[in-house]
Amino acid sequence: MVRHHVVLLGPQRLEPTLKDAVDSLGIRGRIAAVTAGWEERESEDQELSAHLGGRTVNLNLYARSEDVHRSDPELLGAIRARHDKLRKLQELYRVRLSHLMEAARELLRRETLPGYSGLIEASVRGAIDAVRRLDDEHTLRVREAHVDFDRRWKPHEREHVARHRRELRELLDGCSALCVAGGHVAILLDRLRMFGLIDLLREQPVFAWSAGAMALAERVVVFDDRSAHGPGDPEVLESGLGAVQGMVALPHAARRLKFEDRARVALFARRFEPCICAALDPRMRMDFRDGEWSAPWGARALTTHGELREVGAA
Amino acid sequence: MNATAQELETRAESGPAALDQFLRSNRFPLVEGRTVTFVYVGAADSIHLRHWLHGLPNSLAFQRIGHTPVWRLTIDIPEGSRVEYKLEIARGGHRQLITDPLNENYARDPYGANSVVRGAGYEDPEWARHDAEARLGEIQELEVDAKSFGDKRTVLVYLPARYRPTRRYPLLIAHDGPDYLKFAQLRSVLDNLIHRLDIQPMVVALTQSSSRLTEYADDERHARFLAHDLLQALESRYSLLEDPESRCLMGASFGGVASLSAAWRHPGTFGRLLLQSGSFVFTDLGDHDRGPVFDPVVKFMNQFRARPGRPAEHVYLSCGIYEGLIYYNRSIVPLLQSTGMNLRFTEARDGHNWENWRDRLRDGLSWLFPGPSWLVYE
Repeated sequence: MVRHHVVLLGPQRLEPTLKDAVDSLGIRGRIAAVTAGWEERESEDQELSAHLGGRTVNLNLYARSEDVHRSDPELLGAIRARHDKLRKLQELYRVRLSHLMEAARELLRRETLPGYSGLIEASVRGAIDAVRRLDDEHTLRVREAHVDFDRRWKPHEREHVARHRRELRELLDGCSALCVAGGHVAILLDRLRMFGLIDLLREQPVFAWSAGAMALAERVVVFDDRSAHGPGDPEVLESGLGAVQGMVALPHAARRLKFEDRARVALFARRFEPCICAALDPRMRMDFRDGEWSAPWGARALTTHGELREVGAA
Repeated sequence: MNATAQELETRAESGPAALDQFLRSNRFPLVEGRTVTFVYVGAADSIHLRHWLHGLPNSLAFQRIGHTPVWRLTIDIPEGSRVEYKLEIARGGHRQLITDPLNENYARDPYGANSVVRGAGYEDPEWARHDAEARLGEIQELEVDAKSFGDKRTVLVYLPARYRPTRRYPLLIAHDGPDYLKFAQLRSVLDNLIHRLDIQPMVVALTQSSSRLTEYADDERHARFLAHDLLQALESRYSLLEDPESRCLMGASFGGVASLSAAWRHPGTFGRLLLQSGSFVFTDLGDHDRGPVFDPVVKFMNQFRARPGRPAEHVYLSCGIYEGLIYYNRSIVPLLQSTGMNLRFTEARDGHNWENWRDRLRDGLSWLFPGPSWLVYE
């Protein structure tokens, strides 16, 4: 499954580095682009295209999914039912998560208080393990929902999806690489999954950033410490496409995470270890090849001590 | 007396030129920390400040400065406050209510306009102003067969920018919706908050009643209209999420009563409530003193307090601390909490007015319908 060279980059809007990354791999040909995370703005890819010298081929996954929705009402009904189910699963998970995270935070706070040494460590470990078990259970339940859906509806075999997949394979065959932009991560992931896009690749390298990077990971973790109603708990949304392993992608980490809250950072890292919690901020780059990570331009990761460390700077 | 008010007295006594210069170089009322000085210049027998600040006499007299035509009144207003007022001018046996000629800040409501004083620290919400970057929603008209009333009603419906029928949307039903548009800038608020990912894109039904004091006061017909006639019409025309958690009733004042009453009469239909300065008057003993229009409200609230049930899952409740209704709103907080509903209660240093309700919209809507910022990583 994992056979591509995958390059994860920081956000591209203000400080684009995609061209440098593409050039560094010596790619000369056309580059397929997925901008489905931008939803209705999918086709507004002029900046991206110009940045890559006009050699992008937008795969129009979002428009294709809209066509499938229109052409196959039976499948649309099933997709909506699955969506309702996933939404409810997320709500149920959130209820349990908030209590477990509250317990873990409280115990971590007491770690520094006098009189708890020698007692508190096992409690903290147990509390974090409980969160990890819940994350695993939730991931499994969501995966089961997808498996049930695929088994029952066989979307890739349905006329309209199959037609788009044939067209996509043809387009991809004419391209030397694939790039996946950010946007709405759930919508992007859904469209990538709808057309089984990663499976249509031969061995072309993949470049992804922001939500694109999240979607390619094993697990999608959504987070925003600075949301309108104060920091909520980071949530596992579901499995990603698994094109890269051993890493949780955290785009815009400097803006969305409270790095100054060391206990919060530490809890994040401990919850997902041994995965690298990679802060994919502007100009960061992490490469995944042959099951190994490298960071040729430098990248930062959260540590279990609540700090940020450089990973593999060349 | 603070320094600026002292200077006003000195300038007033010094003659018209000095006074004019002072008036030109200051903004009125004069706000210094918690101290606010109102000023009126003109011939009068008396001047009174008319306001709606619960806890103060509703008419406060200005003092004339010597034999000059300058009148002033200084009061204490906590920081962050926003106060609406008018001036009552008595002259030759006649009384006239006017907005403050020296104050350029106004708030409009269905009855006209009031002057507004913004206490130190109050900030006009930028998210309620037109934002050129925000995509604009659309407003359509929908005629609803109101079987519950035996007539037809026209409801305005806000559709978010880039609305499309293949996606399903949460539904907000706003009592006095056209007033929310006109006096609380609801359209800009929705456009901006949706654009900024603070709230989910949603469909908003903007209802209005020509006899709101009757229909909003726990009228069974109104509750049925919302839960059946309107909902059916909206769901057949628009692409809506059809679970209770995705439906919200909202209203201010009597609109708050109508929202709570409809949810209570039709439990399991509306999962979310946004109640602003609800007229939740009740009695523990004896009669109320708010006039006959409140009779059905008090009856409902007393019933509700005895058997609240669980009309919704999430309730956002807000009230101004300068409203007489603050006592009732504070009082129902523990009751609502005891039902197991998820409650958020916010008090504002403001009164019973549309801009108070506007200022709480971001907090309330983003709490009830948090936007997709968690899911969007550009």
